[in-house]
Amino acid sequence: MSVRTPAWVPALYLGPAVLVMAAACLYPVLSAFQLAGFDWNMGTQWGSARWVGWGNFVTAFSNPRVWSSLWTTLLFAAVCVGAEMVLGIALALALERPVRGMSVFRTLFILPMMIAPIAVGLGWRYLFDAQFGLINAVLQFLGLSAKTWLADPTLAFVAIVVADIWQWTPFVFIMMIAALASVDGSILEAARIDGARWWQQTFLVKLPMVMNVIAITLMMRLIDAFRVLEVIYVLTFGGPGDSTEILSLHIYKTAFVGQELGVAAAISVLLLVVVAALSWGALRLSNPMKGETR
Amino acid sequence: MRRPAWLVAGHYAMLLVLAFLCVAPILVIFATSLRQQVDIFAEPLNFLFTPTLENYRAVLEEDKFDRYLGNSLFVGLVSTVITLLLGGMAAYGLARFSFPGRRAIAYTTLLLRTVPLAVLAIPVFLIWSEWQLVNSLWGLVLLYVAVNLPFTIWLLYGFVQQVPAELEEAAAIDGCGPLRVFSEVLLPLMAPGIAAASIFTFRIAWNEFILALVLTDRQTRTLPVAASLFITDIGVDWGRVMAMGSLIAIPPLIFTFVAARQIITGLTAGAVKG
Repeated sequence: MSVRTPAWVPALYLGPAVLVMAAACLYPVLSAFQLAGFDWNMGTQWGSARWVGWGNFVTAFSNPRVWSSLWTTLLFAAVCVGAEMVLGIALALALERPVRGMSVFRTLFILPMMIAPIAVGLGWRYLFDAQFGLINAVLQFLGLSAKTWLADPTLAFVAIVVADIWQWTPFVFIMMIAALASVDGSILEAARIDGARWWQQTFLVKLPMVMNVIAITLMMRLIDAFRVLEVIYVLTFGGPGDSTEILSLHIYKTAFVGQELGVAAAISVLLLVVVAALSWGALRLSNPMKGETR
Repeated sequence: MRRPAWLVAGHYAMLLVLAFLCVAPILVIFATSLRQQVDIFAEPLNFLFTPTLENYRAVLEEDKFDRYLGNSLFVGLVSTVITLLLGGMAAYGLARFSFPGRRAIAYTTLLLRTVPLAVLAIPVFLIWSEWQLVNSLWGLVLLYVAVNLPFTIWLLYGFVQQVPAELEEAAAIDGCGPLRVFSEVLLPLMAPGIAAASIFTFRIAWNEFILALVLTDRQTRTLPVAASLFITDIGVDWGRVMAMGSLIAIPPLIFTFVAARQIITGLTAGAVKG
């Protein structure tokens, strides 16, 4: 469509939103880069900040805690997203047939995503509590030994992974159910008539046809896995030690507990680069402007 | 093709197990909020406790609870209204006009959608201090509008595109003013998108607490921030904090039960044609 309109018309429609996003989102993001070059502590005047160039990056990257935090983040993202994709796709394949009452089940499945992260974190913190937690109570009921979940580095990591899988597997499931529902039934029918077995139908016909949705879902989950902060903040606050301190939390602690805002900004530039790379990939897979020639 | 009864039964059994897994932790939050401190400490597996509203009474009588509730409602509702208004206009502008810089705006918006909030926390704290927006509810509103606009614009963009421009032109030729074209042609067709965008925006503004923690004080705290302050090094007062968590969870739960379809539209937007 190419109606000739004076330039002020689109400006009128887009202006307010662009202005707000530029001032309150893009400008802060770009400022992070600038801040990363200054030695600046919380509570001091911005005027007293000292330009240190790459100094904060040197400080950040020579700190082993930053590296261990990056490793924790990568491991967390890989384990959570891997498990969520496998579980979500498997469950969707098992339950793709439309049945009566599915809309009720779908409503229940989205609850974990809608509820406040603070409530999710608190709920799991209580469930994993060594003394009063339901998980230990069930373990003991089954004759197994209770575990000090949130006090053990490995088990605490398991706990944040379990909470994330609980919250986000339904997302993959719902995306896949929707994608499988859109597969052309006649192609499957043809495969069936040609004698394709169940696994051939699934892996050679069905899944390749929804590969695009799988890829997009994977990218969306990966991006979000690198952005997680609040649930872990409540559940473990990065502990014990720094065993569950993902990058977002490390940035928060460096800035608002350690009060080293410049160093924290340098680390957030690192996180931003990782997420921007993933977003770029996601954009290439799913571009809402795809096919437009303007 | 009908499936044998045992397969259908198995299908439902699996759905029931999954639904239980999804709902159980949420039920635990509500159940704990209804237990007395002594019961919580005594026997976690005892579900036959006498429910009490004691925790809720304690939370509601808490200093300033009504103030925090008011703050949360204000921030949630005002952010949602402004985001929808600005986002709707921008989506319409992007979908209906071609102009220089359109692609640049579109792609920047898409990328802004994924910025981690932890990255925003530090510069926002500095800039908001400069702009005197720290400890002000409008400061939070501005931030939530900005971070929710990208998703809203792209969700609504898809909906505007589905409405043929010819339909609007026809209505205009029939003598509808621009406002009537909007309210009688565009709005009804965009309603599901608007519902989804409102819920997602309200959810972020109502639930978010890290940036709110950084940007608010005793007067301007929102409910999630107040709840997070219940967690101390000494321990957690489970009954009260769960009562607080339950109260925070209620509005999103209501939205989910009322508008599950629209939420799923929003979740799958861009990836699966709904």
